[in-house]
Amino acid sequence: MTGDMLINYALGILFFPLISFIILIFVGKRLPRQGDVVGIGTIILTLILSLAMFGSMLLSHDPGFRHEASFTWIDLGDFEIRLGFLIDNITIIMLLVVSLISTMTHIFSTKYMEGDIRYSRYYAYLGLFTFSMNGIVLANNLVSLYIFWELVGVSSYLLIGHWFEKDSAADASKKAFLTNRVGDIGFFIGLMLVFTALGTFNYAEVFEGVAKGAISGTLLTFAGIGLFMGAVGKSSQFPLHIWLPDAMEGPTPVSALMHAATMVAAGVYLSVRLFPLFTPEALLFIAYTGGFTAIFAATIAITQNDIKKVLAYSTISQLGYMILAVGTGAYVAGFFHLVTHAMFKACLFYGSGSVIHAMHHALHNLKDHDTDPQDMRNMGGFKSKMPITYWTMLVATLAISGVPLFSGFLSKDAILAGTLSFASHHPQHFLLPVFGFSAALITAFYMFRLIFMTFHNQPKLPNVYSDIHESPKPMVFPLILLSSLSVFIFYTLPYFNPLSDHGWFMELIKAKDSMVPGSPSAHDIAEGMHHSHTLTMILSILVASLGILLSWAVYIKNSVSADNWSKRLDLYYNLSLNKYYFDENYNKYLYQPFLRLANRVSYIDWDLYDKYFINGFGHITKWLSSVTGRIDYDGLDQTIVDGLGRSMGKAGSSLKEIQTGRLQNYMLFALFGVIIIIIFQSF
Amino acid sequence: MDNLQTYLYISAILFSLGLYGVITRRNGIAVLMGVELILNSANINFVAFARFGGMNFSGQVFALFVIIMAAAEAAVALAIIINVFNNLDTVNIDDARELKL
Amino acid sequence: MDNILSWIIWIPVLGMVAIAFIPREKQDLIKQVAAVTTGIQLLVAIVLWSTFDATNGTFQFMERAEWIPSLGISYILGIDGLSLPMVALNALIIFIGVFVSWNIDRAVKGYFALFLLLDTGIMGVFLSLDFFLFYVFWEVMLLPMYFLIGMWGGPQREYAAIKFFLYTLFGSVLMLIALLALYFACGETFDMQLMIERAPFALDGVVWWGMSAIKVIWVLLFIGFAIKVPVFPFHTWLPLAHVEAPTAISVVLAGILLKLGVYGMLRINYTMLPDAVWWFSGALAFLGMINVIWGAMCALAQKDLKKMVAYSSINHMGYLLLGMAAVIAGGSANGSNLMAAQAGMNGAVFQMFNHGTISAMLFILVGVIYDQAHHRDIEGFGGLASQMPIYTAIVALAFFAGLGLPGLSGFVSEAMCLIGAFPVFRTIVIISTIGILLNAAYFLWAFQRMFFGKLNEKYTKLVDINNRELFTVIPLLVITIFLGIYPRPFLDMIKETMSILIDQVVVVGGIAGIF
Repeated sequence: MTGDMLINYALGILFFPLISFIILIFVGKRLPRQGDVVGIGTIILTLILSLAMFGSMLLSHDPGFRHEASFTWIDLGDFEIRLGFLIDNITIIMLLVVSLISTMTHIFSTKYMEGDIRYSRYYAYLGLFTFSMNGIVLANNLVSLYIFWELVGVSSYLLIGHWFEKDSAADASKKAFLTNRVGDIGFFIGLMLVFTALGTFNYAEVFEGVAKGAISGTLLTFAGIGLFMGAVGKSSQFPLHIWLPDAMEGPTPVSALMHAATMVAAGVYLSVRLFPLFTPEALLFIAYTGGFTAIFAATIAITQNDIKKVLAYSTISQLGYMILAVGTGAYVAGFFHLVTHAMFKACLFYGSGSVIHAMHHALHNLKDHDTDPQDMRNMGGFKSKMPITYWTMLVATLAISGVPLFSGFLSKDAILAGTLSFASHHPQHFLLPVFGFSAALITAFYMFRLIFMTFHNQPKLPNVYSDIHESPKPMVFPLILLSSLSVFIFYTLPYFNPLSDHGWFMELIKAKDSMVPGSPSAHDIAEGMHHSHTLTMILSILVASLGILLSWAVYIKNSVSADNWSKRLDLYYNLSLNKYYFDENYNKYLYQPFLRLANRVSYIDWDLYDKYFINGFGHITKWLSSVTGRIDYDGLDQTIVDGLGRSMGKAGSSLKEIQTGRLQNYMLFALFGVIIIIIFQSF
Repeated sequence: MDNLQTYLYISAILFSLGLYGVITRRNGIAVLMGVELILNSANINFVAFARFGGMNFSGQVFALFVIIMAAAEAAVALAIIINVFNNLDTVNIDDARELKL
Repeated sequence: MDNILSWIIWIPVLGMVAIAFIPREKQDLIKQVAAVTTGIQLLVAIVLWSTFDATNGTFQFMERAEWIPSLGISYILGIDGLSLPMVALNALIIFIGVFVSWNIDRAVKGYFALFLLLDTGIMGVFLSLDFFLFYVFWEVMLLPMYFLIGMWGGPQREYAAIKFFLYTLFGSVLMLIALLALYFACGETFDMQLMIERAPFALDGVVWWGMSAIKVIWVLLFIGFAIKVPVFPFHTWLPLAHVEAPTAISVVLAGILLKLGVYGMLRINYTMLPDAVWWFSGALAFLGMINVIWGAMCALAQKDLKKMVAYSSINHMGYLLLGMAAVIAGGSANGSNLMAAQAGMNGAVFQMFNHGTISAMLFILVGVIYDQAHHRDIEGFGGLASQMPIYTAIVALAFFAGLGLPGLSGFVSEAMCLIGAFPVFRTIVIISTIGILLNAAYFLWAFQRMFFGKLNEKYTKLVDINNRELFTVIPLLVITIFLGIYPRPFLDMIKETMSILIDQVVVVGGIAGIF
């Protein structure tokens, strides 16, 4: 397929969902079936186009393939911004993932969201979400990336707040948007740093500039960390992870879409795309952020009882893995995990959606509105009632736990190998593989805990249990498809070795060298990974089996009592159950003080500054004018002006005494006058 | 006796007498008589200066004018005094104070 | 069309005269006349926009006539890339404003007459190229505003009106002093083009009271204009005036009047005293940062929706000041970074326009809900989304535009301002980016409190936005979206003029440089 055709395909992939959004938002309600067919139709078109691109990529089998097209968005002479598409193998794979998961979500939702009051609006937002994510994937420059980045934020805001009548949903949507914006500040600062130094936003040109050393050292590190902050927000890394669990307030299919392919994947995608400009220091920061998030979220997931919350924290943890991979230089492994994770995590979410759907119906029939349909403590034994859901979820769980034969094993293995090799070169960073392996252990444990609590054992609520049914076909189909895509073979073709990630994926996605002078080359990193491969494999199989075994011992055999342990580790248990009190502390030490500060500022502005200072000018002027008024009236007018008159009057009245009316007096005066004149004359 | 000084002295005495009369007398007629004295002292001066100053007859002519003026003045003044007397039943000029506001 | 600029200024006066002859009872006729008048003006503005030569950054459509020759005062009009968008914006906002004021029912005749007079004043300021004429129009505009707030406003209208009037008048007085100083320095002429040529050199080395005359005049002019913008700490008249003014007047106030201050700075300070721009730009950027942060914090704390929107204007104007300060990036002292200078200056003018459309939209929308609910207390609403879906959607778009969402025009200009200012004022810009978060915080929080949650039972009788109100909002919305997606049609119109302006500051300011 030629480049231009690819661009046309890409345009179609980008804009079909947007068209669906526009149609549905304006006339959705008037269309048959509230217009969901429009949404599904366009997304299937998108999927077909993505498949076509994917097929052509496989056929041409060119790891170095890249094609760009741009247009001038702003041109002010010297200042110019060109937006455009970059299509290479990463883009094509990512487009397929997004389209596929989005299609599944559309299909799954036809049943899951049936009868919702804002059904067509929901489909419209799904279209917008897909559009924005594809925009991120296709961007060839930081500005496009930022634009779609924010649009993803808005779409998630709209979808998380879909049931806005619930205060918790409204809060969650706002929290998601604002937490993301915190990261976006960093992103924007990084973007400005890069642009100021290099004068371009285009990836390729930026990398070229970095390679030339036009931006280097601390500045580049800060730019890298700034850009990465965007990923921290979107991919929900510590300490901005707080929004993702709350985002579960949205409809479950949206959670699947968001956790697997769109929103949170964007952060990892950004880190993968921008990998060549990260300095070793920035990468170290990234690695520690990712590694810590992986273990941190896993320790929370272990005690959660809400089925979706467990999955949410597992997503955070898995994203931590991907970020860790980028940080250790094995960014292709990170991207690989992004793809495999998309499949099994979406499957898990649809599975949980299916369970919740069933619970919901059962509770609805019992007219029970108090029991939480998402609490795993109310489930148990669903295996026989929902066999398809069970088996598909089991496959996905095996994949996420890193069991051989499944895709998660391959990608996780690659990441851990990268980490291990990194640590062997830099022994002082031994914590990174420790994070990685222990998170793998805990992941295996809590994922099987989820399976066991939901599907095995005796039902906790027998009356509900009796009313549980398998979900309808549109909900089961995505489960089957995605769980099959969690099998290793789809990623290793044309080879069949379940223990090696060698296959089309690794052949088509070749790691690029970092552009920062002095960084280890892609070849060295691959070499290191290769060396630590065997050790990693043994270790990771070991920790996975250990985790599963522990889980089995606790939740099936009951040979270890979870309750006893939780009592014994009371302090830790409470910390974990309450998510380390992050929300509470943020609320107490950040939001509330800030709101108080805002109130104070406003008070200063309005009640002090304006009332006393600005109006003070008015008061002073008024006071001054009253003073001058008094001076004017009492002083000037009354004393001087009128005083002159009065003194004249007084003088007149005393002088008039000499006017006697007697002519002879006048004569006498005249005489005196003459005499005086004469006297003066004579001198 | 045939010099200017003598005439001037006489004229000054006459003037002073006239002035004294004008200022001090309460009787309107007496005041008028004082005025006549003053006018005549002026006449003496005119004639004396004309005689000793070598000024043709201008002095004499002025003296004649003054006499005529004095006659006219006396006529008018007496008319006023008669009017005053008619209105106020007195010729005492202290009582004629209508000029005062 | 000859004398197109005169037409555009005086058409509203014709309408005013026509209204004066209509009996006061015929309210509908008065409104129709006002609508037709402003409609014609809008058409003329569109003609002007389409015939304007964008490749030429100098003044076009010049008109010149003697007025008071003995004092060097003339009637000179002209338009360039700086005033063109403002004229177009004004024509649009005023036209919309007439429809926003459609439900005014008290003293209709006076209202519309004053409204049209206001229009003339504003147009005159944007188009006059004679400093004296500029000043006259500046004052002409002030008076109707006083009456419009003071007679048709809210409960505290008289206080608000007198405060607005005195505050602005104080600024005008400072401006007048500067005006006279420049008049005598430039050889007793008020012709702006001559002044632009002469002023940068005429005042070189002149010292008043131990201070450079250029700095003194600059500061006088700056305060005069800053009050209008408003720049912190001259901003407190704004929330009050907005809260008390009737909706349409708030719309005009936010949409146009705030831009006059910035326009004045760019037209006069930047061209006539370019070397002082260098001296002052640091303070300008700093004030911009304060505006951003302070405005956002205050907006966050507001309970009154209209006051919140008013503070958001202060916040948005901060970005603009940052963009304006960026002009010095183009100087050789800053590495001749013309890229940043262009981004900043064009961004600032673009932000003027965008803020005009977005804030006008926000105020119209506040008016829509106020007309029905008779209060503006954010906490007092709740759950309106299910009662008024179309209104909610439009408010959401407007709020998103306000918080700088990409794809809507506000983002483009704010980003340009920040990117432009970044190379020179790095720390200030980094602090200002907190505004990105705060913007989102106050808009979304208000949105949540108003529209999300359970519907307040008091409001089950509210009806959705009506067609007249839609008619007033949709054009603004379309512009916002269009320019957000594709800003070039706008930026191409102004970029040549901006380049001239940057040259004036960078090159002329550099030559004349006293610092």
